[in-house]
Amino acid sequence: MKIRNPKELEKLRNKLLANKDPQKPCITVCASSGCVALGSKRLVDVLNKELKERSLEKDIDIKETGCHGFCEGGPLLIVYPEEICYLRVNEKDIPNIVAKTVLNHEIIERLLYKDPATGKTIVKQSDIPFFKKQERLIIGANARIDPSSLEDYISTGGYSALAKVLSQMSPDEVIGEIKLSSLRGRGGGGFPTGVKWESTRKAEGEPKYVICNADEGDPGAYMDRSVLEGNPHSVLEGMIIGAYAIGSNAGYIYLRDEYPLAVTRFTLAIEKARETGLLGKDILGSGFDFDVTISRGGGAFVCGESSALFASIEGRAGEPRAKYVHATDKGLFDKPTNLNNVETWANVPLIINKGAEWYRTIGTEKSKGTKIFSLVGKINNTGLVEVPMGISLREIIFDIGGGIPKDRKFKAVQTGGPSGGCIPEQFLDKPVDFDELVELGSMMGSGGMIIMDDRTCMVDVARYFLSFLEEESCGKCTPCREGILQMREILDRICQGQGEESDLETLEQMSQAITDGALCALGSTAPNPVMSTIRFFRDEYEAHIRDKRCPAGNCKDLISYSINQATCTGCGACLRACGTNAITGEKKKPHAIDPAKCIKCGACIETCKFNAVEVS
Amino acid sequence: MADTVTVTINERKITAPAGSTILDAAHDANIYIPNLCSHEELAPYGACRLCMVEIGSREKTKLVASCIYEVAEGLEVRTETPRVNNVRRFVIELLLARNPYAPVLRKIAGDLGVKDTRFKKRDKGCILCGQCVRTCREVVGVSAIGFKGRGVTRKVTTPFGESPVDCIACGSCSYVCPVNVIPLKEENGVREIWNTKFELQKCTKCGRYFAPVKQLDYFSKITKLPKERFEVCLDCR
Repeated sequence: MKIRNPKELEKLRNKLLANKDPQKPCITVCASSGCVALGSKRLVDVLNKELKERSLEKDIDIKETGCHGFCEGGPLLIVYPEEICYLRVNEKDIPNIVAKTVLNHEIIERLLYKDPATGKTIVKQSDIPFFKKQERLIIGANARIDPSSLEDYISTGGYSALAKVLSQMSPDEVIGEIKLSSLRGRGGGGFPTGVKWESTRKAEGEPKYVICNADEGDPGAYMDRSVLEGNPHSVLEGMIIGAYAIGSNAGYIYLRDEYPLAVTRFTLAIEKARETGLLGKDILGSGFDFDVTISRGGGAFVCGESSALFASIEGRAGEPRAKYVHATDKGLFDKPTNLNNVETWANVPLIINKGAEWYRTIGTEKSKGTKIFSLVGKINNTGLVEVPMGISLREIIFDIGGGIPKDRKFKAVQTGGPSGGCIPEQFLDKPVDFDELVELGSMMGSGGMIIMDDRTCMVDVARYFLSFLEEESCGKCTPCREGILQMREILDRICQGQGEESDLETLEQMSQAITDGALCALGSTAPNPVMSTIRFFRDEYEAHIRDKRCPAGNCKDLISYSINQATCTGCGACLRACGTNAITGEKKKPHAIDPAKCIKCGACIETCKFNAVEVS
Repeated sequence: MADTVTVTINERKITAPAGSTILDAAHDANIYIPNLCSHEELAPYGACRLCMVEIGSREKTKLVASCIYEVAEGLEVRTETPRVNNVRRFVIELLLARNPYAPVLRKIAGDLGVKDTRFKKRDKGCILCGQCVRTCREVVGVSAIGFKGRGVTRKVTTPFGESPVDCIACGSCSYVCPVNVIPLKEENGVREIWNTKFELQKCTKCGRYFAPVKQLDYFSKITKLPKERFEVCLDCR
């Protein structure tokens, strides 16, 4: 079926809404990668079987949705119309959920969220503290729609922004609106999106290209994956609007192949949009042509860098080239190219629909709108959070994230991926926006937030990021290829207790040289994790170097495990957990660790309920 | 667009053709900038990072690779600043760790006041400047060799490490290598390169071996001239 003009789109939307009974029971199951890994596909199978057995297929809808963000509670299931939210659902719970909750409106307390502060259970998802402080403009829709259904997207207002743009706005007006909104690139740099669009529009050369950068690769970050998996049409709609504004008829999405579900769903979205005339020739009868090709990335982190990304799409090895000429003038195939990140594109329909003036009311003076962060590491509520710019780190980590597991002490939050830095406790009340994070020696990046507690060694963290980049460096320029290796080896030595007094100065000097000398941003920002940990945790480096001590009790060469004879109850839990038989002891008598056999894996410390295992 | 532009390099006003790189402009004016991966016959590449220079006015400066960055009217360039030298010394130390003996590296190191590298020597020989790969592709036009791997595992190699199918044994890669790590051997009418033996052509007039048969075949193919034309050595023509 073709939608030939904006009027027909509205007609279809009204028809879809009219056919929808809001009171009809519907069970939604999160079908994003995280919940699928936890067995949500199986839940759907069992649900279908259960409904069939009870001959309820026509009375109750089942819907697979995108990521809700509360990954800690997965697999996640919601029963509508009451919006009863069940967490960590097992397939054995399904018959109960259908019989009790769906048919008898009975709530199963056991599956509800339990507030650790009050001990009370919470029924509705929106009442869970994790969701309360969020402003879910982009990922909110994930929970309501089936990503494989174009009708679902249209019924929630999808493609109305595109219709508006094509029928009522000139390309310059669209650019004006995006500029006015002050939207900045969500991929990391924070460059003003409208300005980039304008430069590409004005650049000489045809054809012009519009690209979506979906090569998300920062350790711990999966915002873009969830948007692509959960609401692919929102990204596609943003791209079509951008292409219209810029004057481009050809687009690419550079999507990493490690995101198979995102590839499947985006492919489906493109096909459906083409079938209905929302993509391809003469979109919505406007005479505007635009189509998108999926280019699947082979997994190189550096291909998220614009010039390497272009090289990869062009069919060459993903190596960056010097960017003394802007991509907006000479990008893909040396033609004017506009590259934006997934989340940036997903913001576009929202701005067009609700207006730049409205958008500007959210956020801080220089950073408008919301940002999605992936909250991972030593945090109670692992998941995706979308918050207005300007919210404090403390609110994100403690109010939304629920604080640190086992009530351990917060030490630092790492933002900005391998190009970013670690922010210590004294800055927790700082507002989060593009400029504040740079001020703190870190950056917004694409939105990864790794939380660290007092048992995280900051030297080891810096070493981890360097070894990540060492593997991901393309190897073209000397400072990045050889320099990161040499810096990592110095950190190896420090972690092994072989550090020297002069190492810190050497590291700082090397950092400066790599930052100044590397060819692309991967290399030039590679020393950031080292610089920021030296800046805020110099004492930890000095403890390793001077005292040959790891204050966090992490670096294996500098620690030893022992059992406190006074507090050990002799329960035997550690003895059973130990993989190398290093622990001995009789039942109900204090145990002991044989240092010769101990490999310092930490399994004993994890299992001990009495804090009797000590690291020194 | 004007044909020439005026730039300032180390406080000296210099006129350079528009579109030339800082490196070319500087060398034409007898200002030395160390470099390893650039070659006049090859497209700018910007990989070794020895040729970094500082551009901009005193308040706002940045480092760029002079072998790629094109001159523009009024551009201010300084080729010997502390920041520049910090990068160059670091780079040459890193390269010395890969190849501690190459005369060209030792010469540049000496000029920069670097006696030795403080980093662990791995003696890999090749410094990955890519001149061989680019010459084979851009000048010879056969792309018989390329890079494999990434990061520190990057390596110049033939496809799958086997005998290079497209190689014409011209030896350009070996000739252009600044650290002389691509061996080329000739014995009894056979040239050996990339672990592969190539038959040499005997001059039909003087009987001297003078060029690989595959190279002459390639000449014949690209010039569309009969093979016999190339079976006589240059001296006998």
